[in-house]
Amino acid sequence: MDARRAGQGPLQRAWLALERALDRIFPAGGNPLAHLGALACLLFAALLVSGIYLYVAFDTSVGGAWASIDTLSRQQPLAGGWLRSLHRYAADAFVLVTLLHLLREWVLGRYTGFRRYTWLTGVPLLVLAYVSGIGGFWLNWDQLGQYSAMASAEMLDALPLFAAPLTRNFIDPAAVDDRLFSLLVFIHLGVPLLLLFALWFHLQRISRPEVWPPRALALGFGGTLALLALAVPVHSQAPADLAVAPAALAYDWILLHLHPLAQAGGAGAAWALVAGVLGVLLLLPLRGGATPVAVAVVDPGNCNGCRRCVDDCPYSAITLEPHPNGRRGRQIAVVAADRCASCGICVGSCPSSTPFRSTQALVTGIDMPQWPIDALRQRLQQALARAGGARRIVVYGCDHGADLRALARDDVAGFSLACTGMLPPAFIEYALRGGAAGVVVATCREDACEFRLGARWTAQRLAREREPRLRDVVPAARLRLVQAGPGDESVLLAAVEAMAAGTAAAAATPSTGARAAR
Amino acid sequence: MKRIGIWTGQFLLYAAFAAAIALFSRWPAYQHLAPDQALVKLSFVHHGERLGECQEQTLEELAKLPPNMRAPTRCPRERSPVTVELDIDGVPAYRHVAQPSGLSRDGASAVYHRQEVAAGPHRIAVRLKDDPRSPGFDYVLEEDVELAAAQILVIDFDSADHRITLL
Repeated sequence: MDARRAGQGPLQRAWLALERALDRIFPAGGNPLAHLGALACLLFAALLVSGIYLYVAFDTSVGGAWASIDTLSRQQPLAGGWLRSLHRYAADAFVLVTLLHLLREWVLGRYTGFRRYTWLTGVPLLVLAYVSGIGGFWLNWDQLGQYSAMASAEMLDALPLFAAPLTRNFIDPAAVDDRLFSLLVFIHLGVPLLLLFALWFHLQRISRPEVWPPRALALGFGGTLALLALAVPVHSQAPADLAVAPAALAYDWILLHLHPLAQAGGAGAAWALVAGVLGVLLLLPLRGGATPVAVAVVDPGNCNGCRRCVDDCPYSAITLEPHPNGRRGRQIAVVAADRCASCGICVGSCPSSTPFRSTQALVTGIDMPQWPIDALRQRLQQALARAGGARRIVVYGCDHGADLRALARDDVAGFSLACTGMLPPAFIEYALRGGAAGVVVATCREDACEFRLGARWTAQRLAREREPRLRDVVPAARLRLVQAGPGDESVLLAAVEAMAAGTAAAAATPSTGARAAR
Repeated sequence: MKRIGIWTGQFLLYAAFAAAIALFSRWPAYQHLAPDQALVKLSFVHHGERLGECQEQTLEELAKLPPNMRAPTRCPRERSPVTVELDIDGVPAYRHVAQPSGLSRDGASAVYHRQEVAAGPHRIAVRLKDDPRSPGFDYVLEEDVELAAAQILVIDFDSADHRITLL
């Protein structure tokens, strides 16, 4: 725990502080920084829908392309023009949000170990996003499209890929024919489809990927772009004329910033920059220093293949295979070591993890070797025993959330887990039966869980909506679930104080009542 | 945070995001060519002459070949590089030796060069050499041109008429 917290650099701390600040503006899990991937998917969907409409009205000939878009914008300002503007702004936003998504994962160090595959399959998406975006300008075939097409061709010609220079396709008006234009259309349709296919790989090792942001965020984000498209419509620039160099262009710096770079420093320098950036991104996961994580271990004697860990694993690291005991129909969980995040959520989901089992050593169906569930039970027993007659408050927290060391109170026994999702709900009842006055369970914010689903599963288990459920015998007054991420120690402390006050009042009430009865 | 604060904060952030997109999707304007400049583009794809002479094959040589390869003449595949020189107003502006493409160096040589010049009258001289056996340049063009601002002048090679052209 301490090492993990010490590993946070100033950049990471600053980013988390920014997210906490935005949490206050976007409450109830609507923080856009926590849903950047889903926002990118939303924008992609907007691009797809608006693009289909534009394609219906689009004349795919070189002579008619500009006129068809221009006519659409002028004759249907509220439908065609608005959708065309929305298409353009969504493309800009898509690239910005994708870059932010990449930046966030990098700042938070989420590119090594079990996340390596997801990171590496995400880098090509960035390239495809840019190619898709840049290719869209060509289809409009105005002066901006002409410049972008020519600049792209000049850049590609700097690579030893083509026998004949691509620039010759744009060298004079006669060179650009309908056949070439069909190819440009194909690029703008094909590359986004390729992006969609690559996205499937990107999400392969993430179970229950969030591809749609929360409703409030989707409405806010989509509404903003829709209003922008209405208020500041996009218009075509003058039609392309290959005999004349484009004049001053209203330039889209978000998508086309590479062209001026190539113009200023040469295509070779621009490619070197692109290769350098991509190289760094692709080599980042190989960077040393990432501590290998301990992999969840399955105990065949206690695993009956109930599938709960398979359903709860956030990274699809667990599958079911025939049980080695050979009994027909029985299965056993099998952990893919390279996908295991060492979060322990599977331990919390295992029905064998209940501390009420009478075995001397608590051996569960799936366990973390570095933090065995038996050790948690022993520590809990010791902490409650040390309290003597005093009633203590047990706090279960998370290594990635609020620091439990901030709870410097004698009446508190804190247990920081790899993720709160590692906590089997039966440990709450076990603590109460063992003499705890109350239990506080602290998770990270649901959309900021280090292991994606730990906070959500914990909340659902405690709400008795998900297996393993908290038993009904646990009184609501003696349990408090609080979302307290890193830096939210004051929130956690307030929850503990409220619990202490509540349990003290509850302890006083029966005696008062008894006196009154007498 | 109070509801009014939340709404205000969200409005400001959404507005800032929209403003950033609206602004940087069209501003600042970009002009890759200064207003008083024109552009000369030298571009062609041209096959240089073959380096070796074609040779008639004797009957004995043909007999040694598989039946489907018994062509009466045998020509070496490799082609000559193409050398091009461009002078603008008597000043050498560009010189390049374009190698033939292909693993056997039997493909076309390609040249693309973009040169910015001031708008106005210019004397353009282009020389092209594609045959190592001939002395000097095989094709030469010298012409006076009047270039308007932003005009693009394309120097090409017409493979059908075997001449350098200005478009």
